[in-house]
Amino acid sequence: MSWTETIRLAVRALVRNRSRSLLTMLGVIIGVAAVVVTVAIGAGARASVSAQINGLGSNLIIVIPGNLTQGGVNTGTGAASTLTPDDGLALTKIPGVSAVSPGVVVRAQVVSPTANWSTQIIGVAPSYLAIRDWPIARGTFFDDAATKGVAKVCVLGQTVADNLFPGQDPVGRTVIVRGVPFTVIGLLTRRGQSATGQDQDDTVIIPYTSAMKRLTGQTMLGILFVSARDAADVLPVQSAIVSLLEARHRIAQGTPDDFAIRNLQDIANAASGAAMTMEVLLAAVAAVSLLVGGIGIMNIMLVSVTERTREIGLRLSVGARGAAILQQFLTEAVVLSTSGGAIGALLGLAGAAAIATLAHWSAAVPPGAVIIAVAFSALVGIFFGYYPAAKAARLDPIEALRAE
Amino acid sequence: MNTPVVDVRDLRKIYDLGEQQLAALDGVTLTIAPGEFVVVMGPSGSGKSTFMHIVGFLDRATSGTYRFAGHDVTELSADDLADIRCKRLGFVFQAYNLLPRTSAAENVELPMLYAGIPRAQRRKAALEALGLVGLARYGDHMPNQLSGGQQQRVAIARALVNTPTMILADEPTGALDSRASEELMVLLARLNEERGITLLIVTHDANVAAHGKRLVSFRDGRVVDDHPIEHALAAAR
Repeated sequence: MSWTETIRLAVRALVRNRSRSLLTMLGVIIGVAAVVVTVAIGAGARASVSAQINGLGSNLIIVIPGNLTQGGVNTGTGAASTLTPDDGLALTKIPGVSAVSPGVVVRAQVVSPTANWSTQIIGVAPSYLAIRDWPIARGTFFDDAATKGVAKVCVLGQTVADNLFPGQDPVGRTVIVRGVPFTVIGLLTRRGQSATGQDQDDTVIIPYTSAMKRLTGQTMLGILFVSARDAADVLPVQSAIVSLLEARHRIAQGTPDDFAIRNLQDIANAASGAAMTMEVLLAAVAAVSLLVGGIGIMNIMLVSVTERTREIGLRLSVGARGAAILQQFLTEAVVLSTSGGAIGALLGLAGAAAIATLAHWSAAVPPGAVIIAVAFSALVGIFFGYYPAAKAARLDPIEALRAE
Repeated sequence: MNTPVVDVRDLRKIYDLGEQQLAALDGVTLTIAPGEFVVVMGPSGSGKSTFMHIVGFLDRATSGTYRFAGHDVTELSADDLADIRCKRLGFVFQAYNLLPRTSAAENVELPMLYAGIPRAQRRKAALEALGLVGLARYGDHMPNQLSGGQQQRVAIARALVNTPTMILADEPTGALDSRASEELMVLLARLNEERGITLLIVTHDANVAAHGKRLVSFRDGRVVDDHPIEHALAAAR
């Protein structure tokens, strides 16, 4: 008997018991739908995390001062004052570095003629915008002349602008920080929340020289932003920074560095690691569901073999070989599980699309995952269908014909 | 035409019941020539059904030899026996054994399915076979839409469809009323007469037996009588 013939026969046998077949498929349907939704959630979450990380500037490396132990108390990373603007200048000479910006971070009250707002003020160089890949919405950003001239200019984030100048154009207005008036020359585009949940738009950006001389009075930097030319350059640039700064700070081998380096790839990996854990959990649930579905198929196929003993006897007596009977029942099991898999995949895709709409994710389900899920359900059919089919094939024709 | 279709020698079938052994067949020797119409009779437990199952390759003898159409089939594998059942034999059972919710034509097609005959050809042959049993217009009917006699004729069409050497029928009229069973026997006799198909029928109904040409009687697993049937009834027919 040809395969198309066998499959046609199996489909007819299953359609004859429509509701039973559907109920039998349910386990596999749920299992495969769960797999597809899981993959969609995983892929969506990872895409969303990496989009946010890329938003920060994917090739970004940050250098912060190291820790400081004073009278036995360790102040923690970032507390020491060890980074200078000259360090930043030196870093620009490392091959693979596309831009460097010093950074000075101050928390202060910003006052407009009508309102005031506590925010994070960050002093940087003009290259900062390129490093963060953060366009200006209105107005301009300051240039090198402004940094050199310690200019009293600032660029506002959207949240700050909304609070200080509600419903107005802030460009050209003046804000006062710690008694110093700054002219607003530009407005940043809206960035939204960061991967860690902070409002990135709640910020005011000024030249780092102005921050040091007019606000903090310090000569040391709080942070150095370095951008590698491309993702592959991140690690080599990072180690070049370490050796350069160790040399500049005269740190002997074996003593701890007075600075620390982070790159966003580490943060991205941590975030996708969390997504992975969730995926593994859901995949385990899906696997259990497929297993239960397979047992359901085996159960119903055993019932079916018992019910159709006379039919099997007849088929044997008109000349069916045992192998043909095995093929027939195995095909029924595989058609059951594979159709269950296909229905489950469609439901899963629909579910993934629904979740994507609700969570504003990209619901990119890789086609490979769907194919694997359906193929796996076919395997479930073969595995759990074999025993009932073999039982049918081993029946004695006379015994089978006598069965009631 | 001289080679017997069935040639069994000293056939024994022993069932081991633990403490005692039951001989369903106790040394049966018999030949059936091509074109014969043999009726097997005997009380229940006489071994006639066991004999038919072994001759029909549904069961194996414990000892003895079986030559089918000149070939020794005693040692053949289960698959070879299935192939002989498929291409050389036709079966008719007391309970019709049609597949439910499957049309008459498709029921008739069943043996051809396992003979690997393509679909279009199967349909044509099935309708021809249904024509031979007088059910040409019933191809699309489901078994539950047919009378008992009609269902049994579908079963005969199914037995005929692979142009077998021999048709074996186990109590073919057992579930039919006397008129339907008379019609069925006339049909079988005609197929034997016109197409030369060898027939082996097991029955305990003397009216059925009267249609045959040779009567073999079984008792206690042995052939106790074997003689041609006087055709007084056949002449009257």
